[in-house]
Amino acid sequence: MRTVFFLVQKEFLQIFRNKTMLPMILVMPVFQTLLLSFAANYEVKNLALSVVDHDLSPSSRQLTAKFEASPYFQLQGQYFSVKAADEAMAREETDIILEIPANYERDFIREGQAQLSLTANAINANKAGVGLAYAGGIAASAMDAPSLTVDNLWYNPRLDYKVFMVPGILGEIVSLIICFLTALNIVRERELGTIEQINVTPVKKWQFILGKLLPFWSLSLVMMTVGLTAGKLVFSIPIEGDIWLIALYTIAFAPTMLGLGFLISNFAQTQQQAMFTAWFFILIFILMCGLFTPLESMPEWAQWLNMLNPVKYFVEFMRLVLLKGAGLAEIGSNMLAVILYGLVVNGLAVYTYKKRI
Amino acid sequence: MLSISNISKSYGAIKALDDISFEVASGEIFGLIGPDGAGKTSMFRILATLLLPDQGAAKIAGLDVVRDYKALRHRIGYMPGRFSLYQDLSVAENLEFFAAVFGTSIEANYQLIAPIYDQLKPFKDRRAGALSGGMKQKLALCCALIHKPDLLLLDEPGTGVDPVSRKEFWDMLRDLRDGGLTILVSTPYMDEAALCDRVALLQNGRIMAMDTPEKITAAFSRPIFAARSADMYRLIQDLRAMPGVADCYAFGEFAHAVLDDRSLKSSDLLQYLQECGHTEVQVKNAEANIEDCFIELMKKETTHG
Repeated sequence: MRTVFFLVQKEFLQIFRNKTMLPMILVMPVFQTLLLSFAANYEVKNLALSVVDHDLSPSSRQLTAKFEASPYFQLQGQYFSVKAADEAMAREETDIILEIPANYERDFIREGQAQLSLTANAINANKAGVGLAYAGGIAASAMDAPSLTVDNLWYNPRLDYKVFMVPGILGEIVSLIICFLTALNIVRERELGTIEQINVTPVKKWQFILGKLLPFWSLSLVMMTVGLTAGKLVFSIPIEGDIWLIALYTIAFAPTMLGLGFLISNFAQTQQQAMFTAWFFILIFILMCGLFTPLESMPEWAQWLNMLNPVKYFVEFMRLVLLKGAGLAEIGSNMLAVILYGLVVNGLAVYTYKKRI
Repeated sequence: MLSISNISKSYGAIKALDDISFEVASGEIFGLIGPDGAGKTSMFRILATLLLPDQGAAKIAGLDVVRDYKALRHRIGYMPGRFSLYQDLSVAENLEFFAAVFGTSIEANYQLIAPIYDQLKPFKDRRAGALSGGMKQKLALCCALIHKPDLLLLDEPGTGVDPVSRKEFWDMLRDLRDGGLTILVSTPYMDEAALCDRVALLQNGRIMAMDTPEKITAAFSRPIFAARSADMYRLIQDLRAMPGVADCYAFGEFAHAVLDDRSLKSSDLLQYLQECGHTEVQVKNAEANIEDCFIELMKKETTHG
């Protein structure tokens, strides 16, 4: 243990002396959280709406007025035939067509519900999907029929995009940085030849690896704290769950990404090789972690494959705990998976790290 | 102290070490002399327990480099050819770190490194990366010595160091040897070879000769003349064409001519060169040194092998 202490001490000396390392650890989580949360915005506003009202009843006019009042829709035009509305969509003048059938008011009064038709321009699939969901919500509230559509948006009642994104982005950034730092740090020692000088000492494999992991392990907690503070101050993201649970999970999760960085470094001779290998994995991890696309919409085989995506677990955890206030019982299986993952990856890293060739 | 028997190591089709055997006694400076690519570094890496030999065995103080590598790492001090300390740590921090990972402290073995470390002391807070070549070398030596090894492995310590620092460095090595340390050193510089107690001349992974530097040069039987003129390139060509001259090659600012014909005198060479139209001609007797021996042995190897 004494040896590990000296290895960690050496590592911290180097980290604090490195001019780019500290800014990267402190500024990157804040900067990326702020930038990505503002820029990578899926919120859809001011959709151009066309209404084809065949009913022309007080109820149908009330419905149209409800749409007009919503910030998501801008009434572009009223048409008397679907054909005319379709033409407007073809000219890109309208995004969504609301068709109100002739017996809307009658059905509504007699049966308490009525049929409506919504057509969306799905060239931008995301915009169309979000638009249809908004429209469905408004229509349901107009009919006052909670059985028809659920418009209770739980855990993020105002559909605030940032509330949804910030916890995920934080999870993603911390995962990414610690993986890169570990991989590059070890390969740097290989490039400079210092690893060879360590290899001829009696330092054991596990001591060397622990000496590398511990500093970045603790840095992951620092980054998490900085990022959460920034998220709270700037976006007032909710922190429903226990803050100590977040710390505990970060401690349980970090070895997975650290071990992955270590594993990559074992197969790279130069920092460039390590960088590209790490990017290959990280890019897949990020795109498939559920941050930008819902996991459920992926094909089944991809969802199975995604079980191997560590970032997925972290993003899932962050949302569950920050937004939903989940406790240890709810995230237990997630945490167990992550700990197991960490053990396997680090086991492989220790096994493939060779002091001798 | 060190006993190497029939070590071979190949990298693919390239034979870096080909059936090498030699012994080094306690308290001697043994030099592995050879050009780049001769296999010196491979030999050192095997002895430093960093590389596994394909064949053969090596024992240091009775410990096998493959089987007993863990125990051995406490007994050897290895200084690689490339400066491999932490450039972003200071002189003192590097030394403290290596002492710590060997489970010792600077104070415990200070006596051993004192003569060297005293020269580094004024710079002890300077980053290792900002030191001069000579100072880096001294720091690396300190770090290799800090755990009081029995055998010091120095792979090309003279490379990239100025002549004054090199001389100082060799003086330190001799002091360490007098203190009882065994030193295995490699160098491509023939002048450093003469400073070793015994040397092995290495070429293409094979030992061409092994003895004390004096005996190796004494075995060189043919007379040598050093010659120079205004046009060195043509001088070498002309001397090679001269009857009775076995070989001629550049040697510093002179050309060394090795003679087959013992009856030739320096005046004969002078006359021949002047007849060839050379100006500013100078010819003098020269003593064979390790480099002459090396070149002769190398030529024999290539013609016979």
